[in-house]
Amino acid sequence: MLLKELSELNGVSSREEAVRAYLRHRIQDKVETVYTDHLGNLLVVQGSKKPGPKIMLSAHMDEVGLMVVGIEPSGLLKIKPLGQIDERVLLAKQVLIGEQRIPGVIGAKPIHLQEKEERQKPVKLSALFVDIGAQDKKEAEEMVKIGDVAAFDVKAEKFGDRLFKGKALDNRVGCAILLNLLEKEYAFPLYYAFTAQEEVGLRGATVAAFGINPDLALVFEGTSAGDVPTAKKHQQSTRLGQGPAITFMDRSVIVNQALVERLVETAKEAKIPFQFRKATTGGTEAGVINQARTGIIAGTLSVPCRYIHSPVSLLNLDDFENTIKLADAFLKSIERKGLPE
Amino acid sequence: MNLETLLMELSAAAGISGREERAAQIIIDLFAQGEGAQWISEFSQDRLGNIILRKQGQGPQPPRLMLAAHIDEIGLIVTEMDQGFLRFSCVGGIDQRVLLGQEVIVHGREDLPGIIGAKPPHLQEPEEKNKAVKLKDLIIDLGLPEEKVRSLVQIGDPITIRRDCCALKNSLYAGKAMDDRAGVVALVDCLRRLKERHHQAEVVAVVTVQEELGVRGARVSSYGLNPDLGLALDVTHGDMPGLADYEAFKLGQGPVIVTGPQVHPQIFKTLKAAAEAANIKYQVEAEVTPRGTDAYALQMAQAGVATGLVCIPLRYMHTAVETVSLKDITETSRLLTEFIMQIDRAFVEGLKCY
Amino acid sequence: MKELIRKLTSVSSPSGREEPVRALIKEEITKHADEIWEDKLGNLIAAKHGGKTKVLLAAHMDEIGVIVTDIDEQGFLRFSNVGGINPQRLVGQRARFANGTIGVFGAEKLEENQKLTLSKLYLDIGARSAEEARQKVSVGEIATFYHEFSDLGERIVAKALDDRIGCAILIEALKRVANPQNDLYCTFTVQEEVGLRGARTAAFGIDPDLGIAIDVTGTGDTPEAERLAIKLGQGAAIKVKDNSLITHPMVKDLLTDLATKNNIPYQFEVLPFGGTDSGAIQLTKAGVPAGVISIPCRYLHTPSEMVDLNDVEAAVRLVVAVMETKLD
Repeated sequence: MLLKELSELNGVSSREEAVRAYLRHRIQDKVETVYTDHLGNLLVVQGSKKPGPKIMLSAHMDEVGLMVVGIEPSGLLKIKPLGQIDERVLLAKQVLIGEQRIPGVIGAKPIHLQEKEERQKPVKLSALFVDIGAQDKKEAEEMVKIGDVAAFDVKAEKFGDRLFKGKALDNRVGCAILLNLLEKEYAFPLYYAFTAQEEVGLRGATVAAFGINPDLALVFEGTSAGDVPTAKKHQQSTRLGQGPAITFMDRSVIVNQALVERLVETAKEAKIPFQFRKATTGGTEAGVINQARTGIIAGTLSVPCRYIHSPVSLLNLDDFENTIKLADAFLKSIERKGLPE
Repeated sequence: MNLETLLMELSAAAGISGREERAAQIIIDLFAQGEGAQWISEFSQDRLGNIILRKQGQGPQPPRLMLAAHIDEIGLIVTEMDQGFLRFSCVGGIDQRVLLGQEVIVHGREDLPGIIGAKPPHLQEPEEKNKAVKLKDLIIDLGLPEEKVRSLVQIGDPITIRRDCCALKNSLYAGKAMDDRAGVVALVDCLRRLKERHHQAEVVAVVTVQEELGVRGARVSSYGLNPDLGLALDVTHGDMPGLADYEAFKLGQGPVIVTGPQVHPQIFKTLKAAAEAANIKYQVEAEVTPRGTDAYALQMAQAGVATGLVCIPLRYMHTAVETVSLKDITETSRLLTEFIMQIDRAFVEGLKCY
Repeated sequence: MKELIRKLTSVSSPSGREEPVRALIKEEITKHADEIWEDKLGNLIAAKHGGKTKVLLAAHMDEIGVIVTDIDEQGFLRFSNVGGINPQRLVGQRARFANGTIGVFGAEKLEENQKLTLSKLYLDIGARSAEEARQKVSVGEIATFYHEFSDLGERIVAKALDDRIGCAILIEALKRVANPQNDLYCTFTVQEEVGLRGARTAAFGIDPDLGIAIDVTGTGDTPEAERLAIKLGQGAAIKVKDNSLITHPMVKDLLTDLATKNNIPYQFEVLPFGGTDSGAIQLTKAGVPAGVISIPCRYLHTPSEMVDLNDVEAAVRLVVAVMETKLD
């Protein structure tokens, strides 16, 4: 299953090799041109000779993770986060380190040995280490180098009723959507950008958008879902099973109104369920694409994911499929009606 | 050119972010008419004041390498005149606690020596005494009558710390603005070394401005030059008690080669290999935070630039006693030179092959 | 000019929804520019040719507002900010949507020591049900402050003087300039309040030799105010530094010399916070020397911003002086 394979690949920001290799392998025989740039973006061109507007579809390959920054004399590894990780989720998790996928665990002081006040406080990242079982620094150095990265070790699988569980669904689900769209034909030039380093500052998309300079860009993302009983209803930005989430504004972009209206109209016409992303926090690649050169109209379509940026996130498979359908219908609407204006 | 003299002169020269003229003049004098003119093919300055020192490559289709080290320093700026005293705010990230009792120079119509003072401890409440003095409670005393102050100083005038660079034992040098004038010295020394060498790449060494305000100089110069690859030279934390060995690096033990998202893996590898081949001792730092050095600006220029980052260990960063080892500076320039020798068209083509 | 300012401040045009004010400005300047166009993000650019040096003059059209994120079962709206909004200052204020719908800001009951945040506030449009609310407003719509323009004589109070006053100054300068000596690009920018977004892309397209923003700045002249050397009525402010820009020394000298030569009252400004369009303009392509002419303004980002018309006049004259001075 595509989503399972993508989720189980490790591709922490700036170390996207495995994801890139997998994607390249799947697409290279099907597309006109595929190339990489200085930051490691995997860029695909389809129908470059076709008339009509240049459209960019973007999804980032990278996931949040940890970088090994030091090795203690005891052989324990000192780590720092790549991307935003809530440090409270790290305790007692399994990780895989580097290209060799060396297993390690993030340990924690046993509850028996903690002071009463300690139990109330979150454990700071500076107090956390990864244990690979090495006896000392020397042995650890034989397996791990400073600068190696660690990703969560989680099995991806179908879960509950129409849900899917795994790590890095933000944003392997976006990659899966792009792979699906790549199978289809459109009447205008399309640039697919599988980007690097989104989680550390939207870097891949910034330079990709400058290079491609499209007329319009659509970004695919796994976005945070807030539909848990402990969150107030008006703070639940998206909900699982309610369809793809359309962004009207976030911290990085105010989406062009005509683009939002076209997405809504398309969904209604094709009877595809959708929801608005009812929060303006966070940002996506649409922000930096919007600011490239003389300005590029850019929007985001997201698949809601619970427990994002943690080792286990959940998405709804219907949302995933409906996002593909909505994206397809939107692209076909450009064939019929041109760009939203 | 004597490196020690250059380092000491640069350290003492005034040049807060956006007002780098005086420190920049030392480099301009060296390369426009001075000894350095023979080391380069072309000297220029861009619209924001970045100094661009270009040396042609000697191969076919020479790839363009941009080196960057910033000349601006953190400092202060006059915000208000208050009964003959000056109030001020910071330019760049200064630790406010190091300001009390510092001697400064206010760069008004003329250079005016000043002292940073505050309400005396005797007049402070007991709770106040236990707290660090806040910026808003500090004043600069010029010892001049109010009228004189008004005629000599304007709001917006830059202020620098008054500090001569001091030579310590074991080739250590302490002073202000070593961040990143130490990097500038390594850059200059590298150009001197390259004079003797036959290299393929076109080397464009940029002495950048406004790094401390958000890598602004590097951002526009890397856009303008649009290099094939880039290398930033900056400083990193030196070892001292209380800091772990992965966050602070030993002075005198050679340049720190950085890895992390801002660094292209091939450049990191090639820097290490160049060091090993030339017997240059080096240290490795893994850095996860993106901004803060010119490497970030280089990486994000135009359609993206493959970038490396080399740092000189420095103790007491962003204080008036920043301490570096001259040996680390010369070893850094040696590393740069050896790295440059590795660059040709084929190397650059490889940087896009992920 | 008062009438122009009244007109400009009475339209509702938050970031990303600048259509109404853009139409108004376009009408005002049509007769006074050589060319007028809009770019992809909606910046309005009026060119007036007169010399070789390309000068970008920028004033932002957008104003701060609130965007609807949720409509609850009772018909109350939840919202998020568009631009910098202080939650402490909202309760009891009114907001207006593009279709004229008016709402009043209310707050949930707070436990002691609980901080008032935007998520604890709501907007009440008088709807008796969710259905009624949805007929008037939908999620994603943006409202701005609703408050009338007041003429206090030499001083005026209005919402959105940040930065409609800059727009008014640029319009007035465009009308007054008799003998332009530079290639002028008077740019009314979008989305400044959410991160200088319009100026960034406009400057990329124009690629100017010099950039000057015209925007408001804070003052320190009210009782027990935060220390700031800027005073209302003391003239146009020439910015030396804020968080986005340290003014290019050449631009600072140019503005200072022009003010001195033309007897225009001015003051220097060092603002320890904030940023303007010039912050984005200076970083365009290979770099653009940039500066700011500021208008002192009290009660920034509230529905009652106050400026002194003498400062406004000084700013107009300084802008005209830049336009009519041959720059090389």
